[in-house]
Amino acid sequence: MKSRQGAQLDRKKLLGDPVMVITIVILVIFLTLFILYPLAILLVDSIYSSDTGLTTSFFTSVLSMRSFRTAITNTLRVGFVVGLASTAIGLLFAYVEVYVDIHSRIMSGLFKVVSMLPVVSPPFVLSLSMIMLFGKAGIITRYLLHIYDNSVYGFWGIVIVQTLTFFPVCYMMLKGLLKNIDPSLEEATRDMGASRSKVFMSVTLPLLLPGLGNAFLVTFIESIADFANPMIIGGSYDTLATTIYLRITGAYDKNGASAMAVVLLLITMVMFMIQKYYLEKKSAATLTGKATRGRMMIEDKSVAIPLTILCGAVALFVILMYACVPFGALFRTWGYDFHLTTKWFAQVFQKYKGLKAFKDSFVLSLIAAPITALLSMIISYLVVKKSFKLKGFIELVSMLAMAVPGTVLGIGYIRGFSGGLFRTGILQGLYGTGAILVIVFVVRSLPTGTRSGISALRQIDKSIEESAYDMGANSFTVFMSVTLPLIKDSFLSGLVTAFVRSITAISAIILLVTPSYLLITVRINEFAEKGAYGIACAFATILIVITYGAVSLMNLFIRFFGTSRKIGKQTD
Amino acid sequence: MAKEKKGIRLEHISKIYKDPKTGKDFYAVKDASLNILPGSFVTLLGPSGCGKTTTLRMIAGFESPDEGEIYLGNEAINALTPNKRDTAMVFQSYALLPHYNVFDNVAYGLKLRKLSKSEIRTRVLKILDLVEMSGMEGRMTNQLSGGQQQRVALARALVLEPSVLLFDEPLSNLDAKLRVTMRTEIRRIQQEVGITAIYVTHDQSEAMSLSDQIIIMNKGVVTQIGTPQEIYYHPVDEFVADFIGEANFLKGTLKNRDGAGGVMEIEGHPLTLADAGNQKAGQSCTLVLRPESAVLADKGLLPCKVVLSCFMGSYQNYHVMLGDTLVKITEFNPKHKKIYSVGNQVYLDFNTEDAHIL
Repeated sequence: MKSRQGAQLDRKKLLGDPVMVITIVILVIFLTLFILYPLAILLVDSIYSSDTGLTTSFFTSVLSMRSFRTAITNTLRVGFVVGLASTAIGLLFAYVEVYVDIHSRIMSGLFKVVSMLPVVSPPFVLSLSMIMLFGKAGIITRYLLHIYDNSVYGFWGIVIVQTLTFFPVCYMMLKGLLKNIDPSLEEATRDMGASRSKVFMSVTLPLLLPGLGNAFLVTFIESIADFANPMIIGGSYDTLATTIYLRITGAYDKNGASAMAVVLLLITMVMFMIQKYYLEKKSAATLTGKATRGRMMIEDKSVAIPLTILCGAVALFVILMYACVPFGALFRTWGYDFHLTTKWFAQVFQKYKGLKAFKDSFVLSLIAAPITALLSMIISYLVVKKSFKLKGFIELVSMLAMAVPGTVLGIGYIRGFSGGLFRTGILQGLYGTGAILVIVFVVRSLPTGTRSGISALRQIDKSIEESAYDMGANSFTVFMSVTLPLIKDSFLSGLVTAFVRSITAISAIILLVTPSYLLITVRINEFAEKGAYGIACAFATILIVITYGAVSLMNLFIRFFGTSRKIGKQTD
Repeated sequence: MAKEKKGIRLEHISKIYKDPKTGKDFYAVKDASLNILPGSFVTLLGPSGCGKTTTLRMIAGFESPDEGEIYLGNEAINALTPNKRDTAMVFQSYALLPHYNVFDNVAYGLKLRKLSKSEIRTRVLKILDLVEMSGMEGRMTNQLSGGQQQRVALARALVLEPSVLLFDEPLSNLDAKLRVTMRTEIRRIQQEVGITAIYVTHDQSEAMSLSDQIIIMNKGVVTQIGTPQEIYYHPVDEFVADFIGEANFLKGTLKNRDGAGGVMEIEGHPLTLADAGNQKAGQSCTLVLRPESAVLADKGLLPCKVVLSCFMGSYQNYHVMLGDTLVKITEFNPKHKKIYSVGNQVYLDFNTEDAHIL
């Protein structure tokens, strides 16, 4: 075959669009500098130092540490159990919502709350309430059950808290899949004489299997990357994330911490690859059929009632956990003195510079949110609608960031930027500023935003943008006048998600924050570690109020200005 | 419109894609050369996957040809992006901007060209009048029926006064009746504006009713270019004959030639043809016989046996066996004609000039 002028022409056309070219260049620089570079530095640090040259000694020394080996097994054990439990509870919720006829409005309200919690919840809130409900001074253990020496710290504490934190994610994932199962498949097997449980075991479950595996791995990754919960409720049960954190903040062993971070990164990366390139495809392949019509909901009381009660109990328990936090801030001394007081809230503002903490967290997140939202929309637009050479790179790196635990990223930033780029001093000014915090916020929220942006854009008929392009608009105009308005809802929710994720972020930030910035999450962690639960709860309460407020505002906004309602069905 | 009309010329255009399953390269379009005259209405016709849409998208600029050059008028446009090309496309899914109303959809391209508000208004209203959508400017696109959306899509393309109008199966989402109305509309508007139009379709009746010229494509290759009549009466191969209208293929051998004509033997029966095409004596060949060109009679050219006889209202539908070959015959206006039934031994009768030898 002759030389392909097509590819050359495509390149020429691309270069004729300067805004596109500049955007791509900026994106590539951003992704390389703030995702790839810090990880690369970690790799280098783990096998090289100026004293020793190229060496495997850092790996051998950390791997010979008993505490580190324990941390690895601990992390994997927690991840495994949490993955299983979250997937199971998520499946229960998804199944009940999609299959079972729930008449009561309270139940559907509970489901809604549960689905919203992972969005608005700061990471360690459940750990706090777990301690307050079931700890030594816990209301339930001490006052209801009269157990005076219950310890919530350790394996089960982490597992319960993480499961409750992550199962809503599984629930939302599996709900989407279950809705795509064509009801006629199940009706056909029912018709052939299968009992309801037989149908579930022989049709629903096998179809769902890759999806379940997917949910399991996603939770697994989240669990082993989680820093805040093991930090607060882990006690002496160390996981990788906390071990690494202590290694760098306590022992100042930078090469050792880098080697540990590489181990953690390797684990999450492998999981992520399996999830992304094997299971995700498989689950999409088995469930291509769109449900052709409504499903006959299960009305059978013997099925509906127990399942509903089970879900209700879990949901109520979760809500109880959350409700416990504001109360924790209102009692004088949790567990001993239940007089109402506002002293904790007062202390937050008067003694502990609460206002500055909120201002810093709020302002930095507010700056990060629009950047994240816009960047992720641009990336999604390029990935879905355009084709160019670096597209694969952009897509891969922005998705890869999902598999990078915050702690790992934090260490990477310390190593990569504290001495400037490649320790040359270039860009050193960035380190310790608010700007680097904003960048971390952006990088941490980018994958989620990009993923939702991509799925939103895939819904839009490609020819709508082509038609604008054909009428004379360049890529930039097409993006601004067609794409963005059409994915306004997704953009808005991306904006708020980025804001909420930023303001509740801790794992990477705690390693990078300097005394000139007070962040709420870091403060909560500080006080929770000291056992000052009143203050921690007061901080957390205000944080929940902010995030909840942001999400409510978004929903209100979408309801009144959203595009989906106005456009509705486009062609019939 | 005062603008000079321009034609489109494709010179040895090829497009190569990778087969996603096998990973092998294949030609989606292979060595296509076309010369589309200014002001003419040309249809790219072929089954799905024949490369017609790819060809159209290369003309619009969405795809870049791997070989060859495309000219608009005398200008080579290979390296131009779609927004810089003086072509306007009407999409299969209409592709109206769902967040704009009718007026803004039509005005979109004009606004990009930075025309004054008043000029935009006049031009949009004028074009909406042309497509008979006056008074609908304020509607959102989802409040329009399929046919109306189609009219807006057409107006949106026309208002830019492009040199060439491109249609990508624009009627395939409409119901059968509306399709017929809309294709007359498209032809009327094209004639009124006098614009060069290239129209992609897989529907032969659309192609027949719309076009000055039909370009038949099959498996990425242009197989025939001609007026509807040329293509219907003188198809170059069995594919074209079968794709355009219905055709019977009577296989046989050319026994001898006699000037332009000759004698062909079909299923053991000699048949004298006035026009034997380019076939040589002794060669095996195929006679294309349209179902409506022949009748059944008690006496005629070729003996056969009726195996199906079915009254369809406007015509009688016959299947007859000519030796081992099944031949379909439609006899229009059957009321006063003799109707044969299954099992009857009859003759096929036709004017041999209506049959075409391949």
